[in-house]
Amino acid sequence: MYLSREEESIYQGERGETLRRMMEILVALGDIYGAEKLVPVRSVQIAGVSYKNIGEAGLEWISDLQGQVVVPSILNPAGMDLCRWKEMGVEEEFALKQQQTIEAYRRLGVTIDCTCTPYQIYQGPTSLAGRGDHLAWSESSAVSYANSVIGARTNREGGPSALAAALVGKTALYGYHLDENRLPSHLVEVEADLRGSDYGALGFLVGRSVKDGVPFFRLKNQQPSGDELKALGAAMAASGSVALYYVENATPEPPAAWQPKETIRLGRKEIDEVYAKYPVAGADAVALGCPHCSGQELEKIAGLLQGKKVQKELWICTARKIAEAHPHLVATIEESGARVFCDTCMVVSPATERFSRMMTSSGKALAYLPGLAGVQAGLGSLEECIDVALGRRQ
Amino acid sequence: MEIKCHRIASGSARGQSLVTRDAISFLGNVDANTGMVVDPAHELFGQCIAGKVLIFPGGKGSTVGSYVIYQLKKRGLAPIAMINIRSEPIVAVGAIISGIPLVDRVEEEILQVKNGTLVEVDADLGLVRISEWID
Repeated sequence: MYLSREEESIYQGERGETLRRMMEILVALGDIYGAEKLVPVRSVQIAGVSYKNIGEAGLEWISDLQGQVVVPSILNPAGMDLCRWKEMGVEEEFALKQQQTIEAYRRLGVTIDCTCTPYQIYQGPTSLAGRGDHLAWSESSAVSYANSVIGARTNREGGPSALAAALVGKTALYGYHLDENRLPSHLVEVEADLRGSDYGALGFLVGRSVKDGVPFFRLKNQQPSGDELKALGAAMAASGSVALYYVENATPEPPAAWQPKETIRLGRKEIDEVYAKYPVAGADAVALGCPHCSGQELEKIAGLLQGKKVQKELWICTARKIAEAHPHLVATIEESGARVFCDTCMVVSPATERFSRMMTSSGKALAYLPGLAGVQAGLGSLEECIDVALGRRQ
Repeated sequence: MEIKCHRIASGSARGQSLVTRDAISFLGNVDANTGMVVDPAHELFGQCIAGKVLIFPGGKGSTVGSYVIYQLKKRGLAPIAMINIRSEPIVAVGAIISGIPLVDRVEEEILQVKNGTLVEVDADLGLVRISEWID
């Protein structure tokens, strides 16, 4: 792999041991995946934040590092709301370890935004990602959104490789950074009117079937919203490992002409089968905001909850900056007895484990809850989820 | 005898070999507090990897495995060096952040080296030296 003179000097340790090891990570990954060289990244989103995932081993490593990030760097969701963890039912011992993890990242110059939707909070002049930009992002739904909807270029980074990119400001040029790996592998034709959680159900199905492929969707007379694309990509990244997809007339186009290796046809029947297989009945909690709710989604939820009282625990997960930007919506939601939790979600928090069956509108949570939290999951539309929380249906 | 290899993580070390044909998932297969292989389905079940030149095809499993390698190293329970047929990111990153010499791109014959053979790894020169080769 080619290294510039400056990169070579870092690799040889002339700028300290932390940077030497970070450069060694980038070079090792570049060698493994056949990269020709490194490229500068515009921003980094770092995995390895929830103490539930990294444990003592990860915390020790992050705490031992010296240095400062050189590009804008934010975090994946943590294992708890950093302020209201007690209300979530998180144990004190876990909370302490989680706070130590966050402080270790802060010390390295990382901005403490723990979210899977950085593109919702940094827009316009503060944007972390634009079309054609190289990034080193980690969270699978954020990676999918950046590649597919924004048209930026990122692989799905692990914790150490993302931190290496943040401290060096570069990543190895391979995988989804290259046009040749951004061509569709599957054509997915969908004959159904889709709305809201249907996109999560669709993604749940397609991810399972295409695995790490690049699906190209042809939807029937549909113009999905940003939130619907977010849900589609998140589900495919969880049930499969899709990091890039296309939707005809809704996302940036493939970089060159292509031929599908396989064509998949889906309709209402297949989507309804997902709802039928993961029914609403018997849920003891409801959670929305996987990926984190946008301002528009908070507005919709607040409208449905206004003046009502929930009968079951209802979590709304979002980014702290989104909640802070919409204090009135948060107040309306919380007056119903629901809770708006920031920095975390039902998938990464250990607090989820006390429930036995959780209802959600997210295809991603549907894929992850049983395996990661040991909680059964039911899928419904946003309105059905709210109805269950309000006790209007079982 | 001397074998050429490819450096993943720098450094050099010499020690007794511990060899397996099974890939290793450091999260799950190895106990970070003892260095023992604790998965009954693994060829190295019941063996301790501490201080050994660990020779295995490559890593697998959760990326948290990288941190487990780091934890082993901090507790003095890590292998002294590692040799892979083909390294993947979990073991590569784990070795680098822990400062454990790691090389790959060697012939699969190396998996026939007997346990306890004296093996020297020099990642920076891209060389593995084996005191006695198999028959």
